[in-house]
Amino acid sequence: MTKTVTLTIDGDSITVPEGTTILEAARQLDKDVPVICYHDATTANGLCRVCVVDVNNGRVLQPACVAACTDKATVETRNERVERSRRTILEMLNSAVDLAEAPEIQDLMDDYSVDRERFPDAKRREHDLKDDNPFYVRDYSQCVLCWRCVQVCAEDAQYTFALTLDGRGFETHVSTAFDIALTDSPCVFCGQCIGVCPTGALKPKVEFGIQQGWSMEDIQRSTRRPRRKNITIED
Amino acid sequence: MNELDAILAPYQGRQRDALLPVLWDVQTAYGYISADAVHAISHTLRVPESDIYGVIGFYSLFHDEPVGETVIRVCTDLSCGLAGADDVLHELLVEIGIGHGETSSDGRYTIGHTTCLGLCEHAPAALVSRRGVGEHSVASATSQRLLNGTERYGAVVGGDALNLLQDLDQPLQDYAALRQALFDLTQEQVIAEVEQSGLIGRGGAAFPTGMKWKFTHAVDKWPKYVVCNADESEPGTFKDRVLMEHRPHLILEGMALCGYAIGASKGYLFVRGEYPLATSEHLVEAIAEAEAAGLLGDNIMGSDFSFRVEIRRGAGAYICGEETALFEAIEGKRGFPRIKPPYPTTHGLFQQPTVVNNVETLSAVVGIVEHGAAWFKQWGTEKSAGTKLISISGHVGRPGVYEINPGMTLRELIEDHCGGFVGELQAVLMGGAAGTFLTPDEIDVRLTFEDLRAAGSTLGSGAIMVFNTSVDMRDVLGRLGKFFQHESCGKCFPCQLGTQRQMEILVREPLAGDRERLVDIGLTMTEASLCGLGQTAASAVLSAIQRWPELF
Ligand SMILES: Cc1cc2nc3c(=O)[nH]c(=O)nc-3n(C[C@H](O)[C@H](O)[C@H](O)COP(=O)(O)O)c2cc1C
Ligand code: SF4
Ligand code: SF4
Ligand code: FES
Ligand code: FES
Repeated sequence: MTKTVTLTIDGDSITVPEGTTILEAARQLDKDVPVICYHDATTANGLCRVCVVDVNNGRVLQPACVAACTDKATVETRNERVERSRRTILEMLNSAVDLAEAPEIQDLMDDYSVDRERFPDAKRREHDLKDDNPFYVRDYSQCVLCWRCVQVCAEDAQYTFALTLDGRGFETHVSTAFDIALTDSPCVFCGQCIGVCPTGALKPKVEFGIQQGWSMEDIQRSTRRPRRKNITIED
Repeated sequence: MNELDAILAPYQGRQRDALLPVLWDVQTAYGYISADAVHAISHTLRVPESDIYGVIGFYSLFHDEPVGETVIRVCTDLSCGLAGADDVLHELLVEIGIGHGETSSDGRYTIGHTTCLGLCEHAPAALVSRRGVGEHSVASATSQRLLNGTERYGAVVGGDALNLLQDLDQPLQDYAALRQALFDLTQEQVIAEVEQSGLIGRGGAAFPTGMKWKFTHAVDKWPKYVVCNADESEPGTFKDRVLMEHRPHLILEGMALCGYAIGASKGYLFVRGEYPLATSEHLVEAIAEAEAAGLLGDNIMGSDFSFRVEIRRGAGAYICGEETALFEAIEGKRGFPRIKPPYPTTHGLFQQPTVVNNVETLSAVVGIVEHGAAWFKQWGTEKSAGTKLISISGHVGRPGVYEINPGMTLRELIEDHCGGFVGELQAVLMGGAAGTFLTPDEIDVRLTFEDLRAAGSTLGSGAIMVFNTSVDMRDVLGRLGKFFQHESCGKCFPCQLGTQRQMEILVREPLAGDRERLVDIGLTMTEASLCGLGQTAASAVLSAIQRWPELF
């Protein structure tokens, strides 16, 4: 028999198998815990921390997406501490990243009364648009660093390893090795990264072309598959 | 065989955990790591090129573009800042005629700055890397000294020197404590002695050492590992450097004792990359000596216990002092901290049971096993047993490493041992950048873990920085802000974004609402960050807001 734990979430009691995350338990109780980096199909790394909840009024808050339920715990999914952290994370994110094409994060910002001008003159993470292949464009100015694209390209799905994280801290960004074009990288254009990107950072070229108001002809020309040059056989 | 093949030859058949050593070898030879080199390394270790590129991009000491034959990095962190480091850097740039971070057109020099080098008692300090040679440190740096050559510095030590700072630079004799353990004590007895001694980890997190060993001993999974944390990158901390340079055998014996106690036959000693090659070579020599004397290696002293120690060099990342990030670095990855639980006692290095301890902690174990827990407890208090090393820098007469009997007050330490205050005291920063400030009327606090905790402060790694009234506290806060902005690993949003926003606010002219901004950023980093770096990245700032609200 699997062991179970019993805890209360916002006053409601629930019993779940040991190892169940707080997020899973909260969802069973229809409690709304916001997430940004979490995705059912990728390894949860506890990055964005907007899912933090208060467990037993502890010294620090716990990320619901990765923290396991503990027996007799008292969990509050939305109190003052939790709200401050969520609001401040969203305010800082909005001051750094272009979130115009991230409707879910926009809704969250409304829900948490975010001051969209909280950090005047703050440095933004701006990157030039990367349009280096016929299939998709990459606009890392819209990247929130959820790591999903890097993960599906690697051990979470594809084992292609075209993408990596480069830099550190605020300057962290997604890149290919030496920032080469995707066409020169091991990328097989499987499209998995596009599928998991929560913002407009990665999108199909057709969608980009339509957004830019390109004519159908231009879109077709720009998405034509080039003949692969440079294929060398390794010994 | 070309040069690159020759460098890679010894690594044939090795795996990803050899990545940092390979990158160091390639960079030492060429000055940087080229795309061709990454391609070749990828084949040798079977690691994707993108991953290798990401690793190079994580560590500040690695370059993926050509740099000058000599790279000079002047420390502009707290203590060096007070000692005129900004001027030294400026003079150098003028002398060579380049901008910050640039390479001279003749390809001879690249010049920039760095965070604390752990040489604060010799401030200002700098790190000089020469192609084909490696790294060395320059103490009391001037632009002329930096351009002209090598310099050795002596450690400044003092205090009561009761235990760890005795017998400096003694030649290898015997590992008496290890001998005793191997022939007279069971694993459980060694662990019990360490538990009874009340030894608490010296790396900053203050976890009971005996308990950590006991948990790891209890896990039924092999191999197990001992990791000695010599990353020592907390600004203002340099005690482990002194132990590594002057008592290397004490550290190695402590690691072997831990290995015996938990059932590990392999230990890694992870030294920060900024410590000059001389430091790690010193340790390599000590290992060779001990192996030659049968005190390390197979069947130590004829027993059936075998234990080997491997030195690993970091490559410039404060976060790699965090224990799980350190494991990732040894495994050849970007130094991202892992989510805990699981803890290192069950899932540590290579996901195996691991004890990770600070240099000073492992050194202290030797006396405990040799002379017993009661001997150790003659010093300190019930909750802060044993002597403690303190690194003190800034405005005191004699900055250096002091061994104290915990319980003396901060004022006593400085007035009776460290040559007194220089100028009129304004503030003391306890526990390094991740610590908290004290004002002049708080310095009669006793130096123990419990007294400082009760005072809302911390002993942390034992770093104490003293600032007199000539110092602009906004400047100090700005440097702290830059430190964390530079060192955040970038994994979790609160710290990745918060360290940047906090730094921006601290270095610009104050604006209305800044105090509230800093408090929101600070509490969010403290409560929502993934690891100890983010959780303490605002602690000095928040303590300054309490003490000097008018500054914000
Ligand atoms: C950001 C950060 C940096 C750290 N740096 C060090 C360090 O340089 N040396 C060290 O021994 N511990 C450091 N620690 C603490 C380690 O995670 C760990 O607790 C310690 O090595 C355990 O050894 P101890 O129990 O002997 O203190 C650091 C922790 C954090 C969060
Ligand atoms: S590009 Fe998209 S999927 Fe990739 S890390 Fe950025 S936001 Fe996440
Ligand atoms: S708190 Fe900072 S250093 Fe720690 S995981 Fe988060 S970003 Fe990295
Ligand atoms: S959803 Fe939990 S940390 Fe991002
Ligand atoms: S060596 Fe410069 S501040 Fe520590």
